[in-house]
Amino acid sequence: MRRITPLVALSISGVMLLSACGQDVAAPNESSSSTASAATGPAKDGGTVSIRGCTPQNPLIPSDTNETCGGNVLDAVTAKLVHYNSDTAAPELDIAQSIDTTDNQHFTVKLNPGYKFSDGTEVKAKNFVDGWNWAAYGPNAQQNSYFFEPITGYKDVQCGDDDCKVKPKATTMSGLKVVDDHTFTIDTSEKVSNLKIRLGYTAFAPLPDSFLKAPTDKKWQKFPVGAGPFTITQNTATQIVFKKNPDYGGKFKPHVDEVTYKIYNDAAPAYNDVVANNLDVTDLIPTDQLTNDQWKSDLQNRWGIRQSGVFQSITASSKDKQLQNQDLLKALSMDIDRPTITKQIFAGSRTPADGWVSPVVDGYKPGVCGDLCKYDKTKAKEMYDKAGGYKGTLTIAVNGDGDHKAWSQAVCNGWKNDLGLNCQLKITPDFKTLRDQITKRELTGFFRTGWQMDYPSIENFLTPLYATGASSNDGDYSNKAFDAKLQEAAAAPDEEQANKVYQEAEAMLAEKMPAIPLWYVSTPFAWSTKVTNVKLTPFGTIDLTAISVK
Amino acid sequence: MLKYVIRRLLQMIPVVIGATFILFCLVFALPGDPTAGRCGDRPCPPAYVAAFRAEYHLDKPLLVQYGLYLGRLLHGDLGVNFYGNTVVSELAARYPVTLRLAFIAVLVEIFVGIAAGVIAGVRHGGFLDYLILVSSLVVISIPIFVIGSLAQLVFGMKLGWFPVTAGDGSWSQLVLPGFVLGALSVAYVARLTRANLIDNQHADYVRTAKAKGLSGFRIVTIHTLRNSLIPVITFIGYDFGSLMGGAIVTEQIFNINGIGNFIFRSINQRDGVSVVGAVTCLVLVYLLANLLVDLLYGVLDPRISHD
Amino acid sequence: MTEPHDSSLAKDALGSSGATALGAVLEDDLSGIDATTGGPVVGTKPRSLWSDAWYDLRRDPLFWISAVLIVVFILMALFPGLFTNKDPRQCDLSVARHIPSPAHWFGTDIQGCDVYARTIYGARSSILVGILATLGTAIIGSAVGLIAGFRGGWLDTLLSRTGDIFYAIPLLLGGIIILYTFPNQVGTPYIVVVLKVVAALAILGWPSIARLMRSSVLQVMPHDYIQAAKALGAKPGRIILSHVLPNAMAPVMVVSTINLGSYIAIEATLSYLGIGLQEPAISWGVSISDASGLGYVRSAPFMLLFPSLFLSLAVLAFIFLGEASQNAFDPKRH
Repeated sequence: MRRITPLVALSISGVMLLSACGQDVAAPNESSSSTASAATGPAKDGGTVSIRGCTPQNPLIPSDTNETCGGNVLDAVTAKLVHYNSDTAAPELDIAQSIDTTDNQHFTVKLNPGYKFSDGTEVKAKNFVDGWNWAAYGPNAQQNSYFFEPITGYKDVQCGDDDCKVKPKATTMSGLKVVDDHTFTIDTSEKVSNLKIRLGYTAFAPLPDSFLKAPTDKKWQKFPVGAGPFTITQNTATQIVFKKNPDYGGKFKPHVDEVTYKIYNDAAPAYNDVVANNLDVTDLIPTDQLTNDQWKSDLQNRWGIRQSGVFQSITASSKDKQLQNQDLLKALSMDIDRPTITKQIFAGSRTPADGWVSPVVDGYKPGVCGDLCKYDKTKAKEMYDKAGGYKGTLTIAVNGDGDHKAWSQAVCNGWKNDLGLNCQLKITPDFKTLRDQITKRELTGFFRTGWQMDYPSIENFLTPLYATGASSNDGDYSNKAFDAKLQEAAAAPDEEQANKVYQEAEAMLAEKMPAIPLWYVSTPFAWSTKVTNVKLTPFGTIDLTAISVK
Repeated sequence: MLKYVIRRLLQMIPVVIGATFILFCLVFALPGDPTAGRCGDRPCPPAYVAAFRAEYHLDKPLLVQYGLYLGRLLHGDLGVNFYGNTVVSELAARYPVTLRLAFIAVLVEIFVGIAAGVIAGVRHGGFLDYLILVSSLVVISIPIFVIGSLAQLVFGMKLGWFPVTAGDGSWSQLVLPGFVLGALSVAYVARLTRANLIDNQHADYVRTAKAKGLSGFRIVTIHTLRNSLIPVITFIGYDFGSLMGGAIVTEQIFNINGIGNFIFRSINQRDGVSVVGAVTCLVLVYLLANLLVDLLYGVLDPRISHD
Repeated sequence: MTEPHDSSLAKDALGSSGATALGAVLEDDLSGIDATTGGPVVGTKPRSLWSDAWYDLRRDPLFWISAVLIVVFILMALFPGLFTNKDPRQCDLSVARHIPSPAHWFGTDIQGCDVYARTIYGARSSILVGILATLGTAIIGSAVGLIAGFRGGWLDTLLSRTGDIFYAIPLLLGGIIILYTFPNQVGTPYIVVVLKVVAALAILGWPSIARLMRSSVLQVMPHDYIQAAKALGAKPGRIILSHVLPNAMAPVMVVSTINLGSYIAIEATLSYLGIGLQEPAISWGVSISDASGLGYVRSAPFMLLFPSLFLSLAVLAFIFLGEASQNAFDPKRH
């Protein structure tokens, strides 16, 4: 669901390792765990637990938070039309009673009655319609406003220029209409076959009347009001405390009464605290503790590992003329020893990628990348020489604040050893600097790219990253045939059909390698002796509704 | 005396202004837009960037920004940081923690450092002296992050003598980090105590005391030590201020929500307001500590007068 | 004395630094070392202090131990090939984190590189940072201190307050901001990468040396020979170079030797914080911070142990040298 921010970059990197050897995790929902934590017995209700958290980077408004730290908080506080199954990532109806469409362009949403915001007011159709209109309205400058882009009339609520000196034509999107208290309709400007899946994203959470009356009130930035299972009672620099929402009307009721989200800036102290039973759960385990399975002996049946919807790659800069040679890119991709790196550097917390889409989503197809993602140094060398090689120093740009040095060094060393090219890392001090340089297209060579899914759909791994001019198309990939496939898929009558077409689109990426796939991420996690039923969602976040006190 | 204090206080003003200006320029010059990375792996929408820049006056020239900042500073307003919190509230949450940490570190310096220094000084030239010299210098020569992690592993996790981390920043949690932070200065305090002790042992009053037949222990405790401690106390006074800003690594290892860590993360966020505000406070603490120590020095050593 | 210590002591005994703090301690220790008291006849033979000191040094085992170590480290920095024929950049990931063996004396690191070769080659960056940062602070600091002390008046006030500004900014924090502001580009020559770290340390480190120099200049100034030179109409430049500097330099030299060791340790901490030197530069700091995760400390301690050991030995060698010369320059011993 959210992008990888600095702290999370650290987390993602610091995070993942599996059991000793790079175990091939192919099934979308497979997870390994020391105990049958996910299964078993009636969970005890009540009690309090503490989990690792990080400082939210943005105001806690659903449409303004796009990174894990704040996103995890909002997920506990909000309920959406759709909820993602915490095992399979499949969308399940939550606030919505039904989402009906016949043409994938006109949708009717019926709400379940009985859902209440934590301020006691009922969730009605207008909370969605007004909330989404507010979030999409240009002058409100919400980070996630582009999520509403498919809705008819989105363009009319956008500013005329970057500084918003030219005000939008309209204040509401014409594609949203309230029918009655529990019904509203959504019209999209084009066909969207996976709209239902998208609606589970945080940005689509309903906003209460109290917020819509005074959206600029600073209190919402710290104490959001949602219809979710929890509500925030305390929010300081060191912890955020959630209490069970007494008015919660949904099916996903938590077992514990209170969750304390303790702020950690680093993976190591959180891990050390869980080992010492000072913290109940961490989803961030330092890579060095995973080597030689150390953490498993530290934790004695208090650990688990879960494949999560994160895909990592390196992308060739569009400014680098030499790297526009696709044969060269293919040769370089074939010369990355993914199995050895995932084993030696990540201790198995990553799985070698065989395509551009994470295995956790519906629509994943194995082996799309084929031989191009398989290590074969003789063939790679042959292709490399044939492609004319790379003159000068090839660089891989990574941020220094997130454990990326080790793997990028390993990739570089491999190229140096096998292909005899000159490879060097370019380490920016932090994620911000790297991101800034990528956005301004200042880099040459390769740079690190990662994608954490917003919603569990194959579409989310393709459209935002490789469609012409898309928001995260950092390598400026542009392929008309690919774009056409995406449109075709979006217009498909059902999801199965759509997935098929998306897979065809994905296969086209192998022709040009707009990004060289590296690996899929698995998130190791650990818990204290006090708690049980600890599991992670396919997003790699802690499932707060499952956890319970022993 | 009063004149002296006033003069010193007045001299602080240009120093504070200079320090804030230099910091302001440096933070302003940091590469990387503050909004870059706020939207994760994708660029922030232009409207968001524009609103953000306007809210924090980032769209104005450096000097205007600095002027606005100084204007607010006069009212005691350190501004609002990128998390939407006032810098004053951020600092208020962290200063007490850092103060406690620095206080424990200073206590460690005093007890361990002076004890080691006295032993080395009394037995100077002997085996114990060399042992203390070498061991205190070995501590200096190991990077702090190695000492910190090892202390956490051994005393926190393996032996369980101390809490593993200090997220709440309570006194009991801060003992181990305090030792780690203070360990470095212990060597200096020990060296200083030893050197002054040796000097003073040759002083006339000690000879007189010896001639009067006082025991060695009494001479050390009553006569020599008191006089030898004056420079030690001044050192510790100065050190207190610097310990507060210098604990970044210790704070990171023990997950302490202190000032050093706050500044470090604010730099990462390009959160200039927080950086300048927090460092300005450190500079003030440092300058006041200097003044206090200079005054204290005058009180302890009657030979020095402040006009 | 109106400003007894001129607010000198410890800038920060932070994390790993302490360079300045130690300087401060010594400033205190050395306050009695008025260079001119070294010689038996004040003002006539400034050199006598130096020859006296050399005489003492030769008899100090501490000096010889440190001198030998320093010579070895400098050789290592200049000619790493003398100590190993392995290439520190030749790494084989499949043998990562192997324990020490005849093939890899110190084992292999996370990337499968030879730890021994990397430790030997790491000496260059670390020693270079140490020496250059020390020279930088010594040169800037001495120059400022000399001028402030010699001229006095408003210039003194201006320079001293300017020094306060830099002194009051914590070293590590200031260093982070400076190094963030001037990031390395690919193709930035090695020496520039090193010089950036050096510059950051020098910019924030010079005030302590400046103070030390200023106070020793103030002690030297009233002496007859300088007043005599002034009366004879000698140019200020000449007075400074031939009379003031040689007599006021001893404390700065002693403190600088000790600072050198501390700067090497600071470089490691900067690397740990993700700034400072970085690939493709090889340094002890980089090796130590790469290997410092507790998980690695427990599963592959040799990756941390050997570079740390070398770093500690180098730091100790320089601090011992400082100690020895402090003893030698201490007039109270004569």
